[in-house]
Amino acid sequence: MGRYVIRRLLQMIPVFIGSTFLIFFMVYALGDPVAALFGERAPDPATAAQIRHDLYLDHSLGAQYLHYMKNIFSGNFGTAFNGQSVTSLMGSAFPITIRLTIVAIIFEIIIGIALGVITGMRRGKPVDTGVLLLTLVVISVPTFVTGYVLQYVFGVELQWTSPSVSPSAPFNELILPGLVLALVSLAYVTRLTRTSIAENTRADYVRTAVAKGLPRRRVIIRHLLRNSLIPVVTFIGTDIGALMGGAIVTERIFNIHGVGYQLYQGILRNNAPTVVGFVTILVLVFLLANLLVDLLYAVLDPRIRYA
Amino acid sequence: MRGATRVRCAVGVLAVALAATACGGGSSGGSSGGSSNGIVRASWGDPQNPLEPADTNEVQGGKVLDMVFRGLKKYNPKTAKAENLIASSITSTDAQNFDIKIKPGFKFSDGTPVTADSFINAWNYGALLKNAQLNAFFFEQIDGYDKVHPDAAGATATATKLSGLTKVSNTEFKVKLNQKFSLWPDTLGYAAFYPLPQSFFTNQAAWLKKPIGDGPYLIQNYTKGTQMSLRKWDGYTGPDAAVNKGVDLRVYTDNNTAYTDLQAGNIDLVDDIPASQLKNVKSDLGSRYINEPAGIIQTVAFPLYSNRWSSAKSAMVRQGLSMAINRKQITQQIFQNTRTPATDWTSPVLGSAGGYKAGLCGQECTYDPTKAKQLIAQGGGLPGGKITIGYNADTGSHKEWVDAVCNSINNVLGNNKACVGEPTGTFADFRNKITNKQMTNPFRSGWQMDYPLIQDFLQPLYFTNASSNDSHYSNPQFDKLVNQANADSDTGKAISTFQDAEKLLVKDMPAIPLWYQNGSAGYSSNLSNVLLNPFSVPVYNEIKVK
Repeated sequence: MGRYVIRRLLQMIPVFIGSTFLIFFMVYALGDPVAALFGERAPDPATAAQIRHDLYLDHSLGAQYLHYMKNIFSGNFGTAFNGQSVTSLMGSAFPITIRLTIVAIIFEIIIGIALGVITGMRRGKPVDTGVLLLTLVVISVPTFVTGYVLQYVFGVELQWTSPSVSPSAPFNELILPGLVLALVSLAYVTRLTRTSIAENTRADYVRTAVAKGLPRRRVIIRHLLRNSLIPVVTFIGTDIGALMGGAIVTERIFNIHGVGYQLYQGILRNNAPTVVGFVTILVLVFLLANLLVDLLYAVLDPRIRYA
Repeated sequence: MRGATRVRCAVGVLAVALAATACGGGSSGGSSGGSSNGIVRASWGDPQNPLEPADTNEVQGGKVLDMVFRGLKKYNPKTAKAENLIASSITSTDAQNFDIKIKPGFKFSDGTPVTADSFINAWNYGALLKNAQLNAFFFEQIDGYDKVHPDAAGATATATKLSGLTKVSNTEFKVKLNQKFSLWPDTLGYAAFYPLPQSFFTNQAAWLKKPIGDGPYLIQNYTKGTQMSLRKWDGYTGPDAAVNKGVDLRVYTDNNTAYTDLQAGNIDLVDDIPASQLKNVKSDLGSRYINEPAGIIQTVAFPLYSNRWSSAKSAMVRQGLSMAINRKQITQQIFQNTRTPATDWTSPVLGSAGGYKAGLCGQECTYDPTKAKQLIAQGGGLPGGKITIGYNADTGSHKEWVDAVCNSINNVLGNNKACVGEPTGTFADFRNKITNKQMTNPFRSGWQMDYPLIQDFLQPLYFTNASSNDSHYSNPQFDKLVNQANADSDTGKAISTFQDAEKLLVKDMPAIPLWYQNGSAGYSSNLSNVLLNPFSVPVYNEIKVK
């Protein structure tokens, strides 16, 4: 097990280098950031040259990448155009997005799995059909639509919550945005759990457990749920990264100054240090979440073990 | 079945708990947001660059500079006229050598006085190439600019100070321009010309964290990317002190959210109404909705360097295209009348005394399908039989109107493939293609004035090799008339010469004027006396809070 973890951690190094390399080139392909700085005016060549020199943009792409990586390993992620260091941007953005992700994941786990168990146990019954229809609706409506609608209903009409989140973004203000962010994944979690439960209710070990006279609650939680959760855990695990990176829409709607917002600004202003820095961290989050999922397998099902 | 019931119970409890906490969050947000303390809570966008006067060329940073700084001149928010503020007089006998006297008594908010040196040092800093200030070219008329800021990429400065600036005393300095420019004093209201305190030069890092100026507000605290709190500065001695206690500028990721927050009572002022809300805004806000002309004009520019557009008869095609656009219908249906069909190349905010002339473009800018079709045919038809209109897809929702313009052209030509929109992913890439002369087809082009002068709508855009001449239009006669107008010390005569130059654009049509853009804003019932200046920025210091 220990060796497996170490191997997985070592694998991160090439992934890290590869992904930063790719992102660096993609941002570069979006055009010259200096041209956009001047607005609708053609850059004055001398000033543009001076800015390129200050930002190390007057070197070849390969040299720029090496320079960037050298800086990263000394803890310097570069500077955004407004003069803020990217590390300070990260310091303010990541905690907020992590809080938002936690809220979303909690919704997914509690509501998603609960609904999945209910419907899985009552396949074909009205509850099942109703929830299935509901999840279908949730999946097919784009996030920005649900976001604006819920924001308007709860924020403006009912005044239960503020339509926008304050700069410090405490947990209680993130409940509605967290729900909006979670909705689509939540629907998937429900459907995954439902199918998995429905399949396993007919399994031998469940029949055995029931025949042994175990209480129904114990059969469901210890036997049925534990085995049915493996695909769900995989999904939720990979979803952590997706939620953090995919929060752009939700963060925009609710005025949350998190990772999604900073990435959006970085792309809009063609600011390579911001985009590459944030995406690099997101890649690491993905990798760690996947590692966590693999480790959880072993906990859920002792038959799945890695040497 | 018992187990399942239990789970359902848990879900119910959770929902109730959520509703309760949501309730709590809402009420606390509401109470902290009361504006009885005399503070204006306004929406803001994240400034693109550090907040230095000569480095800020976009409206969000400009907003703050206009609150924190005062310059030699200020543009009257209602008439757009440049009026003396810190300057007590700016005189010249030859339109080239100017003598500037400043009023004593102005101070920076750190207590140091505003002197002639505050201006000279700031301008020298702004012009110097090493500092790479985006607005450096604003100083290019001052003598010695070519030494401190040589034009070619990679060149180095041979001087650190503009030789055209001479200090006479603490309250007087002289400026020598490198050519005659009678309207030059009227440019001095622009942010690039603001004075800077000594602390800017001694500890720049600290200054940038919390800029210190000489205006009616001082910055209480500033969290980059999130919020800036400005408070009324009691030491300000100018005529336009703040009537409110301060302004909190909150960064919004999306103007839709700002508008929703205005409806929910969380902020007081939104100065950019989202296009999707224009239909409801009048019923939502009533008289608290402002829709006023601003110094912004939208055009479609042609790449005259491309051989598709350089033939002698091509001007007729451009005129024909201009006549094929139904401006009135598009401004009504797409922009809900927040734009006005353009009939010249300036803006109504200049006023007729300032050089705006309604109808200067004449029939060439009037929708006339028959004449349009005829002119395009006479000019040899569309190059290659079809055109595209380029725009950037990332900001500003240009797609809608570009499609509408193309649709209008296609209807006139009876060919639904004659014109299509051509999006470019990002603004940076779009600008890159234009700067590198890679365009072969017309593209959208917008112009927001730097200062309310007719000169600013013509010279930077259509003078040979000018900084924003995206069409690369060059007409010696146009250049001659602009130079002549600049040298004329009689303002009235200068403006009519500018208009003579503008008339050449009707003939050559390097860019089709589409419409003048309005500023739009909305405010809560907590505020009164809200107005927008000609730059479509709220006049914050005049806003009264109930």
